[in-house]
Amino acid sequence: MFYIFRRFILLIITVILVSIITFAVFQILPGDPVRTMLGTEADPTQIENLRSELGLDRPLYEQYTDWVKGIVTGELGNSIRFSMPVKELLLARLPVTISLAAITLLIVCLISLPLGMFAARRQNRLSDLTLSSATQIGMAIPSFWLGMMLILYVGLNVEFFKISGYIPWSTSIAGALSTLILPALTIAIPQIAVNFRYVRTAILEQVRMDYVRTIRSKGIVERVVMYKHVLKNAMIPILTVFGLITAEIVAGTIIVEQVFSLPGVGQLLITAINNRDFPLVQGIVMYITVAVVTINFVVDILYTVLDPRIRLR
Amino acid sequence: MNINRFSKNINLLIGTLIIGGFFVLMCISIFYTPHDVTAMNVPNKLLGPNGEHWFGTDEFGRDIFSRIMKGTQTAFSVGLLTVLIGVTFGVLIGGTAGYFGGWIDEIFMRVLDALMAFPGIILALMLVAIFGPGILNTAIALGIIAIPNIARIVRSGFVQHRDSEYILSAKLIGVKTYSIMFRHILPNISSQIVVAATVTFATAMLAEAALSYLGLGVQPPNPSWGRMLKDSQSYLVNAPWYTYAPGAAITLMVLGLYMLSNALRDFLDPRSKA
Repeated sequence: MFYIFRRFILLIITVILVSIITFAVFQILPGDPVRTMLGTEADPTQIENLRSELGLDRPLYEQYTDWVKGIVTGELGNSIRFSMPVKELLLARLPVTISLAAITLLIVCLISLPLGMFAARRQNRLSDLTLSSATQIGMAIPSFWLGMMLILYVGLNVEFFKISGYIPWSTSIAGALSTLILPALTIAIPQIAVNFRYVRTAILEQVRMDYVRTIRSKGIVERVVMYKHVLKNAMIPILTVFGLITAEIVAGTIIVEQVFSLPGVGQLLITAINNRDFPLVQGIVMYITVAVVTINFVVDILYTVLDPRIRLR
Repeated sequence: MNINRFSKNINLLIGTLIIGGFFVLMCISIFYTPHDVTAMNVPNKLLGPNGEHWFGTDEFGRDIFSRIMKGTQTAFSVGLLTVLIGVTFGVLIGGTAGYFGGWIDEIFMRVLDALMAFPGIILALMLVAIFGPGILNTAIALGIIAIPNIARIVRSGFVQHRDSEYILSAKLIGVKTYSIMFRHILPNISSQIVVAATVTFATAMLAEAALSYLGLGVQPPNPSWGRMLKDSQSYLVNAPWYTYAPGAAITLMVLGLYMLSNALRDFLDPRSKA
């Protein structure tokens, strides 16, 4: 219990520091944000009005606490570009990004775990070495180029896939999948390359243990040895990587949404940056980062469920 | 064992060949490119690869091979600047935190932890939104992102060495603190820093390409591989070769850097051999 409590305190400290950084960096913006938003030809009263509307005429710490309040309640005011509440904009785009991230994570798990185990069992044989070099290339390919290649070779040739836009799950499940699978694969392939190596190493470490020899000598089927015993024990290091990979996937959605014109949070962020809609940028950055930090916290808590030794330490 | 040793040399060989090749290409591109990189020649637009234009031409009829060559300059300058910023501040911050310990260490590390909590591309986008686009601004943003990781490596090195006997004797004979830090401890952890710098170079290249692809990094007329990919996407069906060259260039360069960093790690950091 104490471990979870300590991790929770650390989570709170990190979130507070992240919020201070996100708030503070936008204070060093060169020039007057109001002038940048309205352009150089705005008249003084207009500037004054927007300034007090945004609360920029008040002391910094008040602005900060107000902003944090806005983040917590989700009331971040209106977006300048869309003249809509930021909350509505985000809520409309959240399902796209979450579906994309979830499908990606599923693909990464389904492929990298068996692949890592396969390579570990064939350590230093040709198939293992081929896979290991292939993963190095997989890590080096920029995801957006990979996405374009998938559009060119799969999206344009296979009837099922849509290469741009999004169809909501409520309209048609097959439709949603047809728009999400290619982008998910695009994010997944480099992550599979990273994760595969960790799975391979983690499995290799376990296979050398005495308990594996014992259960093998008892005549347990190899499949049971690998999936029931070895994989279970290798899960701790693998889980650490999954925490990191989830963060990478969330970051990956931002770029890949752009490649496939998916109307998700990432596309909203890029639009906001291009329109210098800074309150919106600040809000999205904060939400995404808090989401990632929270995921890592949950992964840490999962360790203690999987491995009581960590909890008791 | 033999296979491992062989693959290590392969990493070093191929990595050096790729990065060396790009470096030579960059040096040549400063003085000479087969065609003018900015001259537009619209009748020649979107030509496929041929003897005159090895990698074809883009939507303005510019030679893609020449632009790839020129793009090496952007890639190297962003990469090197990022590494320079990341290593300089990483060593200063990590060294101070690791050597002095106590509350300085605590504060620095908490702030760096918070910086690392941001997904890299999010932090990059936020900083570029503030600084504005361009080669220098992109490199500054990516350099700031690189600091925490390098600072952590430097810090743990300093913590390891600060209580060792040779440092104690240096203190006893009255060597000045900055001299102990940077002339006695720093050289001992230089190999870890070199490896980290190579990896930083690779991630910086990928991030620069991503930012330029999003239209927020390097701006025209400076040729950037990421930017070329963005432009090529509109012609994906009619001119797929337009996409191949910049994509392959980024992949090859990053691959070369990864291989080099793997080889350097095995070579310079014997502990990781186990």
